[in-house]
Amino acid sequence: MSAIPAERARAGQGATLSVRDLTTSFDTSGSPVTAVDRVSFDVEPGQVLGLVGESGSGKSVTLRSLLRLARAPAETTGSVLWDGRDILALPEAKLRAIRGNEIAMIFQEPMTALNPVLTVQRQIDESLRAHTRLSARDRRVRAIELLDLVGIPAAAGRLDDYPHQFSGGMRQRVMIAIALAGEPRLLLADEPTTALDVTIQDQILKLILDLRERLGMSVILVTHDLGVVAQTCDRVAVMYAGRIVETGEVGEIFREPHHPYTRGLLGSVPRGGTERRPLLSIEGTPPSLAAMPSGCAFHPRCSFRTDICFAVSPPLEPFAPGRQVACHHHQRVAEAGLP
Amino acid sequence: MLNLGFVVRRLLQMIPTFVFILVVTFVIVRLLPGDPLSAQAGDRVTDAQVAHAQAELGLDQPMLVQFFLFVKHVLSGDLGRSYVVQIPVWRLIGQRLPPTLILTAMSTILGILIAVPLAFVAALRRDRVSDAAIRGTFQVGLSMPVFYIGLVLLTVFSAQLRWFPVGGYGDSMADHVYHLFLPSLTLAVSLAAVLMRNLRTAIIDVLNAEYVDFARAKGLMPRVIMIRHVLRNALISSVALLGPTIGTLLGGAVITESVFAIPGVGRLMIDSIYGRDYPVIQGLTLSLAVVVSLIFLATDLIQAALDPRVAQ
Repeated sequence: MSAIPAERARAGQGATLSVRDLTTSFDTSGSPVTAVDRVSFDVEPGQVLGLVGESGSGKSVTLRSLLRLARAPAETTGSVLWDGRDILALPEAKLRAIRGNEIAMIFQEPMTALNPVLTVQRQIDESLRAHTRLSARDRRVRAIELLDLVGIPAAAGRLDDYPHQFSGGMRQRVMIAIALAGEPRLLLADEPTTALDVTIQDQILKLILDLRERLGMSVILVTHDLGVVAQTCDRVAVMYAGRIVETGEVGEIFREPHHPYTRGLLGSVPRGGTERRPLLSIEGTPPSLAAMPSGCAFHPRCSFRTDICFAVSPPLEPFAPGRQVACHHHQRVAEAGLP
Repeated sequence: MLNLGFVVRRLLQMIPTFVFILVVTFVIVRLLPGDPLSAQAGDRVTDAQVAHAQAELGLDQPMLVQFFLFVKHVLSGDLGRSYVVQIPVWRLIGQRLPPTLILTAMSTILGILIAVPLAFVAALRRDRVSDAAIRGTFQVGLSMPVFYIGLVLLTVFSAQLRWFPVGGYGDSMADHVYHLFLPSLTLAVSLAAVLMRNLRTAIIDVLNAEYVDFARAKGLMPRVIMIRHVLRNALISSVALLGPTIGTLLGGAVITESVFAIPGVGRLMIDSIYGRDYPVIQGLTLSLAVVVSLIFLATDLIQAALDPRVAQ
């Protein structure tokens, strides 16, 4: 495997991503629907942040909004500070210089995220052309290096293959190789393992962690799978109905959740060990974005709710170093312990 | 790029196609009511004359024998001699086919040139005024008879503005193109309408594809995304549509040729049907069928070149 040239050049100069009050709404037929509501978080250089939640919690839209990729008619406000610039306010040309270059993104389903009619070589090449000054021959060499780096066997012989000629896991590796073409400092990964077999899942997560290590990237990993979070993330932000309801170090959150939703999520994950216990599920379903409950959005499904929860939406507030929660009764939740 | 195995397989498929064309051509002509002799000579022929003439033309042989003779002649390049004008059919078709082919080719090119940019505008500005205007215009264009479009274009651009000739075919290639411009435009309207509608839908679909998001996430220029990722994928389904549409276009050429007085196969076909001129009808049907199957071959190969999955 060859090293990435910029590995040294950029060592130690990672950037922090600071997201403040990120709000994305979709104006469909007159009534705007807010999919992401005043979301704020930071990602330090080299850190892996997990963005966790059920389908429809706004985690994928949040990720897309960071690069202004939320689909029309989406409208995104707030700020996404990256290396001193607000991505949301950048002109198109400057935005393009960040996309795929400083910040890259990979998607859930490589079968649909790779263009079916272009060879792998073409799809890596166009990124290299956009972001480097390498000659055609050097780009080909580089493309082989990248496929090599993500663990595609006999990479040189696969350059002219089309996506459908790869297996699912290999296809996801190809997508990661394409994303790495611009030597990103931050990788946005939207459920990168959801479409894969469990064994392959493991390999891909290991690959991402390994690349983080070697390339000094930070990663935002969107997932609904707490197992994946435990395995890969440093910090976690739990999303519910478009808002972050709890953040903190992975170990701390798993040990002592302060939000009833986080607590519920943890209770619904099977754990190892000899003691068998029933799996719990969170009653009810997440609210429709078009008909949000009053007060705390989680109150209809919450066993800790009191009158205030119906009326007042709790703000996300720090309660301990490195931890935040948006719950009126988080102390009671913490004291209740894991279900 | 093109997969050689696919090309070979596709070419082999042409053999049964051609056999089928030969059978159908032969049968269709003999199913036409009436016979060539009475069509030419009217009522004033004797039975003896009829028998003699039939023997001369081979029409007294059993059908199967006639068919094998027909195939034998076609394969040796002999399409027979016109009953009516008494010249070899291949020479007659050789004179009349080129104008029709040039007309069809020009209409196809014009149609694509009109449809592709408009489909993009309509798709990108979906459900806004420009989309509605483009679609509305083509809807009207599509519902107007071809001869009417031809007459309108003639009146405006030839009769009034005098930019183009009112008819004919010209002598040199450049002259042909000049003479055939308005007729091509006439035919292109319906092709463009069909293609535009299909392409617009395809572009809207492709714009929603995740690989377009991925292309954006890679920081590519909008132009590169539109051409390499959107147009190329959207064209795949439209190219498949192109084959049958061009086939229909050849049919439409018959009418357009009469409006613009072009000496193409359309007029020839009608005349020979009236005259029960079997060899000419046969020859024409055969050559048009071959042309159409070659067009299908071409669109299939283009589609395979655009989409590697087709060739698998």
